[in-house]
Amino acid sequence: MASSSIPAGGHSDPTRRDFLMVATGALAGVGAAATAWPFINNLNPAADTLALSTIEVNVTPIQVGQAVTVKWRGKPVFIRHRTADEIKEAEAVPLSALPDPQTDNSRVTDTAKKVRPEWLIMIGVCTHLGCVPLGNKPGDPKGEFGGWFCPCHGSSYDTSGRIRKGPAPKNLVVPEYLFTTDSLVRIG
Amino acid sequence: MASSHGTPPVFNNKVIAWIDHRLPIFSYIEKEYHTFPTPRNFNYFWNFGAIATVMLVLMIATGVVLATNYTPHVLMAFDSVERIDRDVPQGWLIRDLHMNGASFFFIAVYVHIFRGMYYGSYKAPRELLWILGVVIFLLMMATAFMGYVLPWGQMSFWGATVITNLFSAIPVVGESIVTWLWGGFAVDNPTLNRFFALHYLLPFVIVAVVALHVVALHVHGSNNPTGIDPKGPQDTVPFHPYYTMKDGFGVVVFLIVYAGFVFFAPDYMGHPDNYIPANPLVTPAHIVPEWYFLPFYAILRAIPDKLGGVLAMFGAIAVLFILPWLDTSRVRSATFRPIYKWFMMVLVVDVVVLGFCGANPPEGFWVPLSQLATLYYFFHFLILLPILGKIERPLPLPPSIADSVLKKKAV
Repeated sequence: MASSSIPAGGHSDPTRRDFLMVATGALAGVGAAATAWPFINNLNPAADTLALSTIEVNVTPIQVGQAVTVKWRGKPVFIRHRTADEIKEAEAVPLSALPDPQTDNSRVTDTAKKVRPEWLIMIGVCTHLGCVPLGNKPGDPKGEFGGWFCPCHGSSYDTSGRIRKGPAPKNLVVPEYLFTTDSLVRIG
Repeated sequence: MASSHGTPPVFNNKVIAWIDHRLPIFSYIEKEYHTFPTPRNFNYFWNFGAIATVMLVLMIATGVVLATNYTPHVLMAFDSVERIDRDVPQGWLIRDLHMNGASFFFIAVYVHIFRGMYYGSYKAPRELLWILGVVIFLLMMATAFMGYVLPWGQMSFWGATVITNLFSAIPVVGESIVTWLWGGFAVDNPTLNRFFALHYLLPFVIVAVVALHVVALHVHGSNNPTGIDPKGPQDTVPFHPYYTMKDGFGVVVFLIVYAGFVFFAPDYMGHPDNYIPANPLVTPAHIVPEWYFLPFYAILRAIPDKLGGVLAMFGAIAVLFILPWLDTSRVRSATFRPIYKWFMMVLVVDVVVLGFCGANPPEGFWVPLSQLATLYYFFHFLILLPILGKIERPLPLPPSIADSVLKKKAV
């Protein structure tokens, strides 16, 4: 390329032609990237998918010790009405015993910063590879720590939904939620 | 061995001659599939390349027909597959051919890979040929995985969930990548749509890479059971009719076994849970992938760390890419490698053990067993092969292919 402008023996200063060559190449690269972007971004969630982002749940029928599963953004959300024992157990765990340290209090706080230790609301998706852990239904195994147990790869969660044992790296995710009244919670 | 012996062919048919003068496809076929000099000593392991090709064509043919009746929508996919099975004329046959065809395609390819490893077919000058093969294997895995999602049963859905979640192990950007793969916040309709599109596309990409694989093969010709290069016409026979016939025979035997499954046990290799429509709120008690993924699934679960497990699983395939450089022995065929021969068999047993580990729940002795087997898998490639090539004393190689064949007859 542009060899005619380079004197025999090479090693000349960059010429005008070299500059044009690099500039054209760079611009073509930017153009290619800009063209690729719509194709890549096209695969991201569409507006109607994003719109399905809020649900409201009436928690009055959920008795102490019961749990329900609701569907939010295509995923199960666990709402558990915890017993006093379960709360005490979750609060008593030292943070040093947790792979992903989080206090129980921080996991039962809604977006208005109100703490309701009796209501534990989490996305019911194992943080390992996305299975739905067992433990929400009365007959389910709850694992070694009395919370949830993922049958796929054996992760155990405690009564605060925190990972205690197994391959999952993180605690069950607490979504953004707000108790609009004492009986009505808005998730998302 | 690229050049064929003899002069370029002369075509008596005027139409063929006219075309060939402008587009030399007939010369190409003549040179690469008729007179192509091929080692005279192939055993039946050398059938499996042809068998895999036949399976690829069969999968595309049945797949195109199935696509004409399939509906890629979460509310209709399951029912449309049931309709193919029950109402569409011969739909059951086409679907069972496709479903079992995937398994038999993998059987053929696994035997083909074993043959390559046992007879050292990946060694110089066939490294790129081998690497293209590993690329085909990866593309096959992606295609098979996405195809398994399409019937939208419980195993489809949860298999898709688990496998796409593998990417969430990537630090920082993992979660965004998974959302991007899904086109939403869970495996849902956008995911099914794109998997169908890609499942239709990838087989043709495979065809293209297979073409490159064959081009690379025909540069230096096939390896053979002795692993030594042909030294002249006495070591080779023309590809046609010798190996077209031998491959044809192998293909027919293979297809008989395949037809046995299609007609008498079409669901033997599947999982009954996939006849339950997908339910995003209930995970089946025991998720297993299709059998051909089980060894890799076992490696994933053997490591008690999310990122570590994912890296080990991909590493188990990545290590195949560098196999030509990990094996330091200059002798190709295991026939003349008295120690490697046995370790190759141990590797086969190890992979089968991994398969059983992957099929069973991750509890009890399956956990340490899968960890041991995973360790051995990587030990074989990363430690054993480099060292063995240096310390092993190979048996004397025969002077030529013809020599080895004729001597065997005389004894």
